[in-house]
Amino acid sequence: MQFFGGSDISPSPPVTTGSGDNGHMMYIFNRNGVCLLYREWNRPLKTLDAQQDHKLMFGLLFSLKSFTAKMDPTSVEKGNLGLPQLPGQGCSFHSFRTNTYKLSFMESPSGIKIILVTSPKTGDLRESLKYIYNLYVEYVVKNPLYTPGTPIR
Amino acid sequence: MAPIAPRSGDAVFANVERVNAELFTLTYGAIVRQLLTDLEEVEEVNKQLDQMGYNIGIRLIDEFLAKSNVSRCVDFKETAEVIAKVGFKMFLGVSASVTNWDADGTCCSLILEDNPLVDFVELPDTCQGLYYCNVLSGVIRGALEMVSMKTEVTWVRDMLRGDDAYELKVKLLKQVPEEYPYKDDE
Repeated sequence: MQFFGGSDISPSPPVTTGSGDNGHMMYIFNRNGVCLLYREWNRPLKTLDAQQDHKLMFGLLFSLKSFTAKMDPTSVEKGNLGLPQLPGQGCSFHSFRTNTYKLSFMESPSGIKIILVTSPKTGDLRESLKYIYNLYVEYVVKNPLYTPGTPIR
Repeated sequence: MAPIAPRSGDAVFANVERVNAELFTLTYGAIVRQLLTDLEEVEEVNKQLDQMGYNIGIRLIDEFLAKSNVSRCVDFKETAEVIAKVGFKMFLGVSASVTNWDADGTCCSLILEDNPLVDFVELPDTCQGLYYCNVLSGVIRGALEMVSMKTEVTWVRDMLRGDDAYELKVKLLKQVPEEYPYKDDE
């Protein structure tokens, strides 16, 4: 019998629709709103400094999530809007699209939020987000030199 | 896209790269041994093992979530089942059973018939107060804390102390709601 360790990351990233080169930004947040990772590829317009930008993004997701839970027609029991939710309560959204960009969002139950901002033509990115989460586990969480809760360097 | 069904502990266990069981057991034994030498007090060793487990748990939870595809659990009962059937299976290759629920569903026992940590182990007379597997309770506590559940995990029965099984009591203290992390005036 054998135990432990190792990886089973799927061998290649999932194939996404659309041609490459359509990513704008990626964010990874933890539960406490710390931006663990920020990367940008194509962001011509910047109006805020980095910290404010991260905070705004986190706030957007946080509020949007509580709105989506509030609007949920299938669940009976819900608190007032803005009331903190217990884990396991409520629903969440996967993505939204404007005429200029698409934002895809994934949150793990441990509170890790992964956000990809891409061109509005991009298809479903949930598989890709999951793949990124697997990479995070493999190369960040399992790195003994990484202190949990600090930005990834 | 249909949601992906959670994978069973067996499926994950079969897919990951593993180390030899004896190497694992003996390495753990060596750690405990070294702690006993360094800290001298058995109580301190228990505490240290628990702390080590906690540190493992807060990282382990992400691996667990990423590989098992488990989504949010509805209640603590489901959580306990998932730990016993998927969690233990995935990381230790054994599964536990859940019993002894109290009336309000916040306290239960996880029973391990088979525990790979304790092969070849006998507790000498000088270490009777030692919870040899205390690292496990720390792991569960740490992992659950990362999914917003404050718990208290204690050993009830321990085969090394002459009981007939390993029993961990898991008590849910409180669920921490998710709050907006920034202050308004920042």
